[in-house]
Amino acid sequence: MSEPVLRVQDLTLHFSSDTGSLLRRRKRVLKAVDGISFDLFAGETLGIVGESGSGKSTLARAILGLAKPNRGRVLWLGEDLTKLDAEQLRMKRKEIQIVFQDPVASLNPRMTAGAIIGEPLKTFYPHMEQLQIEERTRGMMKMVGLLPNQINRYPHEFSGGQCQRIGIARSLVLNPKLLICDEPVSALDVSIQAQIINLLRDLQKKLGLALIFIAHDLSVVKHISDRVMVMYMGRSMELAQKTALYRRPLHPYTNALMKSVPVPDPRVARKLRQDLWLKGDMPSPYQPPKGCVFHTRCPYAVKRCQSDVPALRRLEQGDWVACHRAEELDLSVELPTEET
Amino acid sequence: MSVLLEVQGLEVSFDTPDGKVTAVNGVDFQVRAGETLAIVGESGSGKSQLVLAIMGLLAENGQASGSAKYLGKELMGLSQKQLNSVRGKDIAMIFQDPMTSLNPFLSIERQMTEVAMHHNKISHREARAHAVEMLRAVRIPDPEERIRQYPHEFSGGMRQRVMIAMGLLCAPDLLIADEPSTALDVTVQAQITHLLGELREKSQMAIILITHDLAVVADVCDHIIVMYAGQVVESGSVDEIFYDPHHPYTRGLLESVPRLDRPSDTELHAIRGNPPNLLALPEGCAFRDRCDYAQEACKSTPPLWRDAQNGAGDGTGDGTGDRGRGRSNRCILGLPGGELVSPAKQPDAEAKQEGHAAADTEVGA
Repeated sequence: MSEPVLRVQDLTLHFSSDTGSLLRRRKRVLKAVDGISFDLFAGETLGIVGESGSGKSTLARAILGLAKPNRGRVLWLGEDLTKLDAEQLRMKRKEIQIVFQDPVASLNPRMTAGAIIGEPLKTFYPHMEQLQIEERTRGMMKMVGLLPNQINRYPHEFSGGQCQRIGIARSLVLNPKLLICDEPVSALDVSIQAQIINLLRDLQKKLGLALIFIAHDLSVVKHISDRVMVMYMGRSMELAQKTALYRRPLHPYTNALMKSVPVPDPRVARKLRQDLWLKGDMPSPYQPPKGCVFHTRCPYAVKRCQSDVPALRRLEQGDWVACHRAEELDLSVELPTEET
Repeated sequence: MSVLLEVQGLEVSFDTPDGKVTAVNGVDFQVRAGETLAIVGESGSGKSQLVLAIMGLLAENGQASGSAKYLGKELMGLSQKQLNSVRGKDIAMIFQDPMTSLNPFLSIERQMTEVAMHHNKISHREARAHAVEMLRAVRIPDPEERIRQYPHEFSGGMRQRVMIAMGLLCAPDLLIADEPSTALDVTVQAQITHLLGELREKSQMAIILITHDLAVVADVCDHIIVMYAGQVVESGSVDEIFYDPHHPYTRGLLESVPRLDRPSDTELHAIRGNPPNLLALPEGCAFRDRCDYAQEACKSTPPLWRDAQNGAGDGTGDGTGDRGRGRSNRCILGLPGGELVSPAKQPDAEAKQEGHAAADTEVGA
């Protein structure tokens, strides 16, 4: 493969907030994204998975320049986006676009579908003629599976899945090279989720997009990703090729996420649910556990995990993991065999 | 088992600026004591409005008709005051969004003791002790401390567990959970489902679980009804629905669940199209535009409700013939005994008709 289009290096973003009483102010720091690195190639899809609060969305915002990182670099085609000023960054948005989680809330209810999809063109190409904008908008609508004659309808006249199609059309109208999808399907019915995932997969093939697909559910990213990164408390726990990750997760947290996926098969589900895999909640991000951040919930934790922070390291077969015990643990998944 | 809740011919409609919308169109079902019923369907299928109508919680422009009997006593048409003696005490409900269904201004203690003091006429102290016990039952760590806190101090999953604890305060006979885990992470979803499964085993409480995702109810329900466009399109035991779905919509719902054990290079199966506009339902079968099996006949005749005696064979255990109870569906094809395989996009219509000719002769009701 050629050079990666996107290189994220040691990206770190901390939020600090004041706490305590008026007289005794204390600063506390939340490490939302803590030293994340990865490469992304043209036409490739990276799935990013983790629970709420793991830092996935903040990472997306930091890549887009919507939040200022404390440290690290975001190299887009060799150019460091974190060094750009607002106007330079704005011009990069032609190349990097985002699809948001809530398909309805991310559309202006007072604008028609056509106006929403065409707006990026108006912003970036102020001299473009209305006729041309409309033609391109209709083309986009067709591409994402909307009827071009719905161009004058308002968001409330569309279903959730259709609204997400509008969001996708809006993000693709500028011909970006990288599309970041931040939980694009988690607000949709299961029956509609698959439509959107298939659509994104097709569009990516057709347009040769690089794609970052964020989700909290490993089963959702399975069908669209080439590689998957698992995040927990702002850190990367595992970054691996899809086939390897789903066959044999290297990190106990990945394993836990896999075991949490509901199985639509009563007999298998009854068996699996007998003991609950991942207990408890994520610890407070203001006081992350010492050592490995996952050790408080990890069934395989040993003494060392409480004191030493495991580095993200590359194993022989080329996948990355941040676990002291990655080699000795065998977390191969015995997937429930298909019934019938 | 005695019948706890019996719903018959329930209709819910709303007056809107665009006309009258029928959200629930003649639904029948039963819940027996100690049983868990899942109501499954997409957004807009009427599943939430159905239970809101039973609880007397419809929005102001909504009207309900039909019958919903709790232990033989009619709930429809009761005044809010009369309903208050049932709600929370006999039938409790938990909602989808745990953030908006807890009052952010009141401590958990205040919110939890209020219910118990009202219904059980006990002192604040007793109510508090009871509330702490319930929080412990739903695995809130350190409940004596946490009960003093406010909703924003809890995570999403914990808030939902608090909601469940509140629902359990008066030991209701029936707990209605409307998408209790939908807004939550998979990991927390698994915890909540696990908790409901435990409650179901430990207590004699009946549960109605409402969801759009069949996978999350696979291991915790006994009986399932599937709703589409305000009607029940299929009902059956959990094994019948999962292993031998008769209605194409049920099949679609099952196949669209993303699975870890399916090869990833294939297309995910989606139900094509979108949920129908209730103001302009297609003639004939409401699902036909999205159905892989639709035929000419589906365009004109609305499919009738029918019992499938030729089902899996073990489906007759509960089947007393009452609608919305036994193995039955609302499809002229009915697909009895079909295996759960991805249907071809354009199945050979002739072969289909032949294959189901026998079944079609039984269309009655």
